[in-house]
Amino acid sequence: MNTRAPVLESAGSAKAPVLQVENLRVEFPTRRGTLVAVDDISFRIDPGEVLGVVGESGAGKSLTGAAIIGLLEPPGRIAGGRILFAGERIDTLGRQEMRRLRGRHIAMIFQDPLTSLNPLYTIAHQLIETIRTHLDMSERAARKHAIELLFEVGIPDAGKRVDEYPHQFSGGMRQRVVIALALAAHPRLIIADEPTTALDVSIQAQIITLLKRLCVEHGTSVMLITHDMGVIAETADRVAVMYAGRIAEIGAVQQVILGAMHPYTHGLMGSIPMIDRDMDHLVQIDGAMPRLTEIPPGCAFSPRCKEAMPTCFSERPDLARVGDAKVACWLFEGDEKTGRRSEEANAAGKGSDPDAARLEAEANSDIADRAKERASAGASDIDRKTDEIEGRTATMADGTDDILVQVSDLARDFDISPPLLNRIFEGGKRSVVQAVDRVDFSIRSGRTFSLVGESGCGKSTVARLIVGLYTPSGGRIEFEGRDLARIDGRGEIEGIRKRMQMIFQDPYASLNPRWRVEDIIAEPIRAGNLLQGRKAIDARIAELLVQVGLSPLDGRKFPHEFSGGQRQRISIARALASRPEFLICDEPTSALDVSVQAQILNLMKSLQKELGLTCLFISHDLAVVRHISDEVGVMYLGRLVEWSDAATIFDAPMHPYTRMLRDAIPDLKMTGQDRIPVAGEVPSPLNPPSGCHFHPRCPHVEERCRREIPQSTRRDGRLVACHAFEEGRLPPSKSSIPDDSIRNPE
Amino acid sequence: MLAFIIRRLFQSLLVMVAVGFIAFSLFNFVGDPVNNMVGIDATIEERQRMAESLGLNDPFPVQFARFAANAVRGDFGQSFRLSVPVEDAIAERLPATLELVFVAALLSLAIGVPLGVYTGLHRNSPLSRLLLTVSLIGISLPTFLIGILLILVFSVWLNWLPSFGRGETVDIGWQSNLVSLDGLRSIILPALTLCLFQLTLVMRLVRAEMLEVLRTDYIKFARARGLTNRAVHFGHALKNTLVPVITITGLQIGNLIAFAIITETVFQWPGMGLLFLQAIQFVDIPVMAAYLCLVAFIFVLINLVVDLLYYTIDPRLRIDKRVHGQ
Repeated sequence: MNTRAPVLESAGSAKAPVLQVENLRVEFPTRRGTLVAVDDISFRIDPGEVLGVVGESGAGKSLTGAAIIGLLEPPGRIAGGRILFAGERIDTLGRQEMRRLRGRHIAMIFQDPLTSLNPLYTIAHQLIETIRTHLDMSERAARKHAIELLFEVGIPDAGKRVDEYPHQFSGGMRQRVVIALALAAHPRLIIADEPTTALDVSIQAQIITLLKRLCVEHGTSVMLITHDMGVIAETADRVAVMYAGRIAEIGAVQQVILGAMHPYTHGLMGSIPMIDRDMDHLVQIDGAMPRLTEIPPGCAFSPRCKEAMPTCFSERPDLARVGDAKVACWLFEGDEKTGRRSEEANAAGKGSDPDAARLEAEANSDIADRAKERASAGASDIDRKTDEIEGRTATMADGTDDILVQVSDLARDFDISPPLLNRIFEGGKRSVVQAVDRVDFSIRSGRTFSLVGESGCGKSTVARLIVGLYTPSGGRIEFEGRDLARIDGRGEIEGIRKRMQMIFQDPYASLNPRWRVEDIIAEPIRAGNLLQGRKAIDARIAELLVQVGLSPLDGRKFPHEFSGGQRQRISIARALASRPEFLICDEPTSALDVSVQAQILNLMKSLQKELGLTCLFISHDLAVVRHISDEVGVMYLGRLVEWSDAATIFDAPMHPYTRMLRDAIPDLKMTGQDRIPVAGEVPSPLNPPSGCHFHPRCPHVEERCRREIPQSTRRDGRLVACHAFEEGRLPPSKSSIPDDSIRNPE
Repeated sequence: MLAFIIRRLFQSLLVMVAVGFIAFSLFNFVGDPVNNMVGIDATIEERQRMAESLGLNDPFPVQFARFAANAVRGDFGQSFRLSVPVEDAIAERLPATLELVFVAALLSLAIGVPLGVYTGLHRNSPLSRLLLTVSLIGISLPTFLIGILLILVFSVWLNWLPSFGRGETVDIGWQSNLVSLDGLRSIILPALTLCLFQLTLVMRLVRAEMLEVLRTDYIKFARARGLTNRAVHFGHALKNTLVPVITITGLQIGNLIAFAIITETVFQWPGMGLLFLQAIQFVDIPVMAAYLCLVAFIFVLINLVVDLLYYTIDPRLRIDKRVHGQ
C-alpha cells in the first residue's frame, strides 16, 4: 500500500478495483466463546461492476456489508483481514475518517423503505442534510440538487413532493427516495442490502431497473446483497454464494447460475420453484444452515451435502479457481488427498495460450455436465412419487359433484371513515374499502386453488372470510354445497369449521411461545373433544409429528428451540390435528429461506396427496404458486381478474395484469431480453380507478375500460375479466421458450 | 384537529362531572356539614333551620346542580377552618405550588434528558453505570427522607440554603419566588426534592427510548449516509424519543401538583399541599372538595396540552393518512 492520502479524495485510478476484501473475518465475542460470523472471505468489485452476494439468512452477507461500511454493531468486530477501497486500506481508518467515507464514497441502501426514513423530517430536510454533510453547498444549491436527485430516481412532481414527509409516499416511492439519499454525494460504491425484498413484484422490477440504470449512468459499483436468485440473475455481473460465513462459490453470474458447481449452490438453484415449468418435486437440501455456535469442523455444508466425503468432515476447503469461477469444495479441489477432478482444475488454472483457452472451455462444459449429472442423481435420491395429474385440463369442468368449496359473489367492505366529529368539522368523507369485490371461484375436492396478487389485493381477506374470521358483506360461501351463512345451530357450523384449518405466514408469531409443542398440536384435538384419554392424544401427536418430518420427542420442546422451517412444520401438524379436509394456507413459506421453502412445499405436496387434502393457497410468489397449484385465481384490488389452471395462466397469461405480473418475474435463465417494468403502482384501494381497476396501468386501455366494470368471460377453459379479452383485442401472449439449461432432466 | 379538540373537551367534561360528583359527595358522607357549622349546644330547630338555609333538604340532584353551578364560577363556599372563601384561600396558595412544580419539572427535564441521552449512547461506560445505580437509589428513597437529608446537608451543615418557607416573595401579579435572590435560594431545596423522582423517571425513559430508536433502520441509514454523530443522535434520534417523554412528563406534572404535599410539609412550603393537609386534619370539606376539583382540572388540562404537543412533533398525526399514489 502506498502512503495514505487524506480521506481518499484522490479516490484511486479508474482501473483499479473499487473494493478489495481480503481474508475478512468478523467475530462476535459472547459469553460462550467467540462466534465467527464471517470467516476468511475475499472478493473484489471492479468499477461499474455489480457483485451479487446471495445466501440464506445467517450466511453472513449483511454482516460483510456492514463490515465494509464500518457499521458493525458492537460487540461485532473485524478480527482479521483487510478491506481496501480504491486501493487504500479502510478497515483501519479512525471513526471520523470512516464517517466521512460513508455516504461520500460508499453508500448503503437497506431493505425496508418504510423504516429507512426518519418519519419526523421532510424528504427535503433529510436530503439537504446529507448533501451538505458531504458537499460544500449552500442551502439553496443543496435544495436544488435534492430536487434533481428526486427527479433522477423517478419521483414525479419532485419540486413539490420534496417538502413532504416520508409517510406521504408509497413503499416503492420511498425506496426511490432512499436511493436518492444514497446517491446524494455520488458515491463510487453502493452496498444494497436486500433493496427489493420488502416490495411487490411490479415495484421490485421498477426499482431493479432504476438501480441498474443509475449504475450505468454514474459508473457506480454495487454490492447487491439478496436472497433472491432472480434479482441476482437479472442484475449482477458476478455473484458470490455465501454459506455459514464463508464464500462457497464465486464467479460470473452466468457461470454460477447455469453451471453451479458447489453442491450447496446447486441445491439452492434446484430448490427455487420455476415460473415456466411444472415440477413434481423441488430439489431438497435437508436440514438447515448451522447456527453460528455449532458450525461443524471441515466444510460447513458437509452435514447437508449428498456428496460429502470423509475429507469434507475434517478439513475445510479453500476457495480454489475452477474455470472462471472459484469454488470452496473438495470435489473440485486440485489436491492429492482426493485426486478427483484435479485434471480439470489444473487445466482451468492455467491457460494463457489459445490451446489452453480451448481446454478451459472444454473443462468448463465438462464441469457443467458433471454438475448436472450430480444434480439429477441427487434428485432421484429423493422419494419421487410421480404425480398423476390426470386431466389437468378438466379443471374448469362444468361438473359440480366434486366441488368442495364454492364462493360466489363474495364481497367484504371495511368502513374506515373518520369518526363522526371529524366528518362534521373537517369535512372528512365516509370511505369504504371494498377489500373483496364480488369474487367467484370454486375449489374441487383434492385440488389446490391459489390466489395471487400484490399486497392489498384482498387475497388474505378471502381466506379469512372462508374460515369465518370475517363475515361477508355479500355473496355466498358454500362448503359441500351448503351455504355457510344459512347453517343454523352452533354444533353444525363448528363441525364444518373443524374440517377447515388455517396455516399462517409467520411461524414465529403463530405459535404460543409458552406452550410445549405437544400442547400446541393437541389444542384443536382437545378443543374439539376429538379424542378421549391421554394415551390416544399422545399417540396422535406423535403420529402428526412424524407426518410432518419431526421426531415424536420434539413434542416436549418449546417453539423457540426450533428453526423457522421446523416451526412451520409444527403449524402444519397443528392444522392437521383435527383431520381437516380443507387447508387454507396464507403465505406459508414467504418468511422462509428458499431451501427451507422447498422442504415445506414438498412436504405440503406429499401430505396433500397422502391425505387427499383440498387447499386454498394464498401467495404473492408466482413461482411458488405455479409449483403448488392446480388452479390459480389472480386478484387485483379486490376483484378476481383471471382464473385458470396453473400451467395455462403462467405459460399463456391473458389478462394484462397477469401478463404484467408474469413479466415482472426476474428471468433466472438470463435469456437476455430486458424486461420492461410496468409503470405505476397499485392505486389506493380507498379510491380505486373507475371501470376496470387496472385501466390506468393497462397498455390495452380504451374508453370502455374507464367506464364499465368488465365481467368475467369464459373462453378456452379460462375466465378473464377484461374488455379487451372479451372484444378479442388482446394480442396472443408470448409463449415462453422452454429451456433445459438449468433444470435437471426429469 | 378541531374534531379532536371537541372530542377531548367532551371527555374532559365527563371527567370533571365525575370528579365534581365525588367532591360533592364528600359533603354528605364525610361528616355532617351542619354539625361542622353549628355549636355543640345548638337545638334541633336551629340545626334544621341551618340545613334549610344551606339547601340540605332539597332533593339530591338539585343540590348537586347547585354545587356544580357554583363550582363552575369558582365558588366552593366558606372554608370551615379559615372562615374565608375557599377560592381565596386557594388563590393565595396556588402560586407557591405552581412555581415549585414548574421549577421541579424544568429541572427534571433539563437534567434528565441529557443524562438519559448520555446513558443511552454510552450504555456501558462507568459513568452511565454510576448514574443508573444512583438513580435507582434516588427512586427507592422516600421523598421526605431525601428532603430531610438535603436540609441536613445544605442548611444545617453547610448553611448555604434556607431550610423552610418561601423566603422573600415579590408581587408580580402573584406572590413570586422567582424574581428575588432570597426567593430563588428558598426554592432550590424543595424543587430538588420534588424533582428527584421525576428526574430519574425521565432519565430512564429517555435512555430506554434512545436505545430503542438507535436500533431503528432510519438511524442505521443516517449513519450509513455519513452524518455526524451529533446530527444522528440529537437531530434524528432524540426527536423520535420525545413523544413518550412528553406523555410521561405531562402526567408527572399533574402528579407533582397533586402530591407536592409531602415536600411542602417537609419544607413548610406554604402551598396547596399544605393547605390540603391541614384541611384533612380539620375535616375542612369545602377546601377538600375544591382541591379535588382543581387537581382534576389541572390533569385534564395538561393531558389536552400533551395531546396537542403530539401534533406539533409528529407529522404523521398532523396530516391525514393519505398516501399519494403516482
